[in-house]
Amino acid sequence: MEDNTIVCRCSDLTLQDVRDLINKGYTSFDELKRISRIGMGPCQGRTCMQIVLRELSIATGKPISELSPGIFRPPVKPIKLGEIARHALEGGEVNHD
Amino acid sequence: MIKTADVVIIGGGISGVAIAYNLLKKGVKNVVVLEKDYLASGATGRCGAGIRQQWGTEMNCRLTKYSCEFFENAKEELQYDGDIEFKQGGYLILSSTQKEHEQFKKNVALQNSLGINSKLLTLDEAKEIVPFLNTEGLISATFHQKDGHLNPFHATQAYADAAKRLGAQIYTFTEVTDILVEGGKIRGVRTNKGDISTNIVVNAAGGYSQLIGNMVGVALPVFSERHQILVTETVAPILDPMVMSFSLNLYCQQVPHGGFVMGRGDEGEPRDLRITSGWHFLEEMTKTITRVLPPLKDVRFLRQWAGLYNMTQDRQPIYGPIDEVEGFYLAIGYSGHGFMLAPATGLIIAESILGEAASLPATELHLNRFKSGNLILEPSVV
Repeated sequence: MEDNTIVCRCSDLTLQDVRDLINKGYTSFDELKRISRIGMGPCQGRTCMQIVLRELSIATGKPISELSPGIFRPPVKPIKLGEIARHALEGGEVNHD
Repeated sequence: MIKTADVVIIGGGISGVAIAYNLLKKGVKNVVVLEKDYLASGATGRCGAGIRQQWGTEMNCRLTKYSCEFFENAKEELQYDGDIEFKQGGYLILSSTQKEHEQFKKNVALQNSLGINSKLLTLDEAKEIVPFLNTEGLISATFHQKDGHLNPFHATQAYADAAKRLGAQIYTFTEVTDILVEGGKIRGVRTNKGDISTNIVVNAAGGYSQLIGNMVGVALPVFSERHQILVTETVAPILDPMVMSFSLNLYCQQVPHGGFVMGRGDEGEPRDLRITSGWHFLEEMTKTITRVLPPLKDVRFLRQWAGLYNMTQDRQPIYGPIDEVEGFYLAIGYSGHGFMLAPATGLIIAESILGEAASLPATELHLNRFKSGNLILEPSVV
């Protein structure tokens, strides 16, 4: 991959951005996420996480299996606030659009 | 790891790094911060990161005014190469009961007397600031333009970087397992990476402060309570101020990045250090926010999480040394507003440790107030 390859499409970070942050001393996915918003967008890290973990693995020498992907938080996919409120007030099916 | 230190600060949230920065700036040489996870991994990085000067006691107005002015100049003072994202879009605080409205009148008079230019607004005036505000059931609002919110990770990193440049040793992923006390005096700290000899320990452990108290044999009058929060997708900017209400139990801001961050406190939240997410919060939060700010109905939420409020009986922090153990200092019990106090906290604790005259009015916040019964009556606290 090129250094200017987009790694996080939601928060617009390139491979070089990720490498620069790792070089600054951030050694976990959670830290990178909080300082750069990588993995905080609509996909919640589904796209970027594996690439970031691979970079962290190369930088730290630890296998990916020993690196934490962080906590997966609800919801599984984005959902309108109004839909949850309507469901709370009226019940019925939730519209996932 | 370092073997001896002049001061060991337990907790790498914004309070801990702010205390370290202030000590180093005052010339203390050997300052260590110990953090069991990474910086801002606890309450700091989980909070709404708002700062308001619209309080109901002179003490809180003055402490937050100091903190706000610090944040306004933080980029220069701390020489940070990133952005702490301080958005001073104001706090719009809504009243929905007559009693609250009456309190707001008193608060604004107090704030104005202290140089805080807040205003009491009619609902029409509030709608000039947030045109889509649904005023049904509301009575009035107060507004202060200089209030706002920041990025808590970058604000913490800014302090940490500045402290490191002055010589601070910040150890992350380093957990304190015990504190060594001899003859009623602090002698050192035991961690999972070795011992550090020191005569001064600062407990800035946020939601875990009571566990640190136990290590010196002191039962601190605090407990931790889960508080939940959510963030939405990024949309075009439509909301300038932080909108909050004590009686409606909500706060909501649109961060510069475009997402809305909002939270509320629920009765019956667990007090067992749990920080998992709950469904009840989500239902109550969405019902309230879509009523008060209707355009948010069509905004998707991305993520919810939780953090710990370290609560005291009067919902005010505990600062300073304690009678029981010499060399043990507290910066705990913020009850949900530790982030906004951090610049004041850093100065107050540094001056306390060095025995300097206090620049800020915080002596009332000593632990002994719970023994003497002199609790602080702050009418405008979450």
